[in-house]
Amino acid sequence: MTMHEGFEMVVGLEVHTELKTATKLFCGCPNAFGAAPNTNVCPVCLGLPGSLPVLNRGAVELAMAIGSALGCAIRPSSFHRKNYFYPDMPKDYQISQYDEPINVGGALELPDGSTVGIERAHLEEDTGKTTHVGASGRIHGAERSLVDYNRAGVPLVEIVSDPDVTSAAQARAYAAELRSILVATGASDGRMEEGSMRVDANVSVRRTGDATLGTRCEIKNLNSLRSVQRAVEHEAERQSELLAAGGRVVQETRHWDEGEGTTISMRSKEEAYDYRYFPEPDLLPLVPEDAWRDRVAAGLPALPAARRATLVALIEEPTASQRDQVLSVVELGLDAMVTSAVSAGVDATRALARVANEVAAIQGAAGLDVDGVVKILVMEQEGLSATQAKTVLADFAERGGDPRELAAERGFEQLDAGSLDATIDELIGAFPDEWTRYRQGDDKLGQFFVGQVMKLTKGQADGKAVIAGLVRRR
Amino acid sequence: MTSAIELADAVRRGDRSASELAEGALAAIAADDGALNAFLHVDSEGALAAARRVDEAVARGEDPGPLAGVPIALKDNLCTRGVPTTAASRILEGWLPPYTATVVERLVGAGAVPVGKTNLDEFAMGSSTENSAYGPTRNPHDHGRVPGGSSGGSAAAVASGMVPIGLGSDTGGSIRQPAALCGVVGMKPTYGMVSRYGLIAFASSLDQIGPLTRTVADAAVCLEVIAGHDPRDSTSLDEPAPSLIASLGDGVAGRTVALVRELVDGAAEDVEAAVNAAAAVLRDAGATVIETSMPELRLGLSAYYLIAPAEASSNLARYDGVRYGLRVDAGDLTSMNVATRTKGFGDEVKRRIMLGTYALSAGYYDAYYGRAQRVRTLLSRAFADAYSRADLLLGATAPTTAFELGAKTADPMAMYLSDVFTIPSNLSGDPAVTVPFGSGADGLPVGVQLLGPARSEPLVLAAAQVLEDGAPT
Repeated sequence: MTMHEGFEMVVGLEVHTELKTATKLFCGCPNAFGAAPNTNVCPVCLGLPGSLPVLNRGAVELAMAIGSALGCAIRPSSFHRKNYFYPDMPKDYQISQYDEPINVGGALELPDGSTVGIERAHLEEDTGKTTHVGASGRIHGAERSLVDYNRAGVPLVEIVSDPDVTSAAQARAYAAELRSILVATGASDGRMEEGSMRVDANVSVRRTGDATLGTRCEIKNLNSLRSVQRAVEHEAERQSELLAAGGRVVQETRHWDEGEGTTISMRSKEEAYDYRYFPEPDLLPLVPEDAWRDRVAAGLPALPAARRATLVALIEEPTASQRDQVLSVVELGLDAMVTSAVSAGVDATRALARVANEVAAIQGAAGLDVDGVVKILVMEQEGLSATQAKTVLADFAERGGDPRELAAERGFEQLDAGSLDATIDELIGAFPDEWTRYRQGDDKLGQFFVGQVMKLTKGQADGKAVIAGLVRRR
Repeated sequence: MTSAIELADAVRRGDRSASELAEGALAAIAADDGALNAFLHVDSEGALAAARRVDEAVARGEDPGPLAGVPIALKDNLCTRGVPTTAASRILEGWLPPYTATVVERLVGAGAVPVGKTNLDEFAMGSSTENSAYGPTRNPHDHGRVPGGSSGGSAAAVASGMVPIGLGSDTGGSIRQPAALCGVVGMKPTYGMVSRYGLIAFASSLDQIGPLTRTVADAAVCLEVIAGHDPRDSTSLDEPAPSLIASLGDGVAGRTVALVRELVDGAAEDVEAAVNAAAAVLRDAGATVIETSMPELRLGLSAYYLIAPAEASSNLARYDGVRYGLRVDAGDLTSMNVATRTKGFGDEVKRRIMLGTYALSAGYYDAYYGRAQRVRTLLSRAFADAYSRADLLLGATAPTTAFELGAKTADPMAMYLSDVFTIPSNLSGDPAVTVPFGSGADGLPVGVQLLGPARSEPLVLAAAQVLEDGAPT
């Protein structure tokens, strides 16, 4: 299915990211995922009568880091109350930034060179989590509902893009690039599957070339990059079909069903809440001193775009597929492995390929010890065969430890060049007929000699090195 | 009757024991509170235990603090760990706070002994303590009359002599108006001077905790104890508690006091006469008394009845039956919320939630809440202008002496007008104190009000001392 001809999509993305602070936004409770329900709570984040919020400076600092990384203006800001009743919101209002957000304006340049504007990136508190027990697991028909307030009051930054995104692939690229930036700045762990980064997409469709925007739908529950792309694709198709058939798009919130690959209506704007925003009287305006702001901006680490440039520069005339490798290596936060390996003398092409393919395939690759991975790449450069290097890498990912010891345990004693030469000479002497035929151009016999070498060395030789030795003697 | 300062001195010297004082207060409550209904909860056990700790400290030769052994009453919108705290609402019936308000911690740290929680208008919304879900409090001077409100329980407890210090909260006059009607001193400090942590919020930008006492000096010592920065309240002023006792005798010589027309207009004749008499006392003490007019003050009441309900509508949203307090079960979540709030809140609370919700609604915000905030700014400018000409302002505290129970319950507007003279200082955030100053034609107490600029508590209390010394006996 594709979008109906003659239509184009306009997409804006709202990304909520939990900040990686030690404590919550307005109290001293730990900001931690996975604790037993209702253990990381206190009078403040439970909204008990008489409790008051106190702003966490660490959260402000991370919000400013995000703003700096996105090229936003960091401005004096204030908090509002967003009023609506919901059981997982202890005060029945959310403290959020409204008309005076901390970060305003900005832009995100994507790897393909396109730019998506950033409208704002503001601070707010997260809600608790409701679990509906019994029946379908949804609120209707549930026997009872349980609320866990551990997440209530966890700091969030909501990053709102301009409606600049024009394709599903671009929506995915935006979310991916933003995720890399959030991880790079240390603001977020970027774990979409744990909900620490959540994406909503505002999708509308119009006739190609129209100046006015079409009616939009907000798609929620996009908890992977893949979902972002699929959901935007699907929703734009749905709307374009509707419009092509003379129908009308209803402004509403829709839920992405990953299993079915469709969006489902949640509630229409007609039943939307009136949030009755007003300035939060329990908090003072937030006016970060210039020195603090400057310190945060100066402390920013290298951002993904710069890191990609660094990798690309390591490779002479990079191919399209190498550029893709660079993209994914940076997106996964594995680029330090490549640069360190190259510094340690590993061939850049080989380092990039290994990291982009074998290392990236490992679950939790970003958590691997960089020095260990570099050591394996160096060992390969020094003569460990590709197969052996991959085996050691797998062992290292599973158990950790010193890669040289892991290789030794496997019996991968590296052959030095001298002993390999001696083995080849020995075999040429032992198989004169085969050697003659090989010299006369029967390349298949190269594999025969490799097999013999492997037999003698119990598989410790590098096949390519054997062929190279044979070619030299031809 | 002995003042808190005298009692604390006696306890510190070992002349009297805290336990004896606590027993005395509990006995007085047992004897008198059946008629007054000033207390919603009497914590005999907690009081005796706290008193024992004070006595033990004295026995060890330690100083328990400036309020050693002084029995105190706490308005029941102040959270006390493990002690029922209801805000006089059905919706919080049975709730036991897991934490204690900062002010209570500070008082106990200074040796005070809390004996119980006092009655109030539900969630501090009212001017007569008749809006309590647990029955009205009566005025100790005339049981047929109201004590004022919303801190009517604390005012009655102090006026009747059950305790020398009561803590109240003042959002639009809720300390000063009942203090005036019961004939005691009541002080609303500068906004931010006293931590609100643990005060069940009514209108966060206006609420301020303060003392009700029989003497100005007792108010000063209590305020010294409870004031000062609290990191748990972001709106708390970032400065230490002011020194108040030391300057209490400074007098008003050389000061200019402005009698504000709008703070007496509409007051009963006997109340206005008391204000004029108070002006004369200040003049005799060496102050220059001028008359001034601040027409902007007339807008205060309207602005207040938009801002306070708006904040209240949000502050009271949390009483939804989900986590604590009353829950009325119903078919689904929304029905449960509605049933709980319908049963749990009284009429005045519902009225203000509706007013406030309306004032904040999309399309009405600018016309109501936004405009009220602009009036608030206007009022603050008017005060700033007045304080460029005078050190202090003088006026009435309440338009009349205590009115009869039931006299205004059917007419919310008439009730709201009880606070017309006290509301402006809540909107400006400035300190104000009421001092008993003689009696009205009906023989009931009259209070006069002194107002000063932000952080002028030492000056305001020194002037209050002059009025106390010069008040008719």
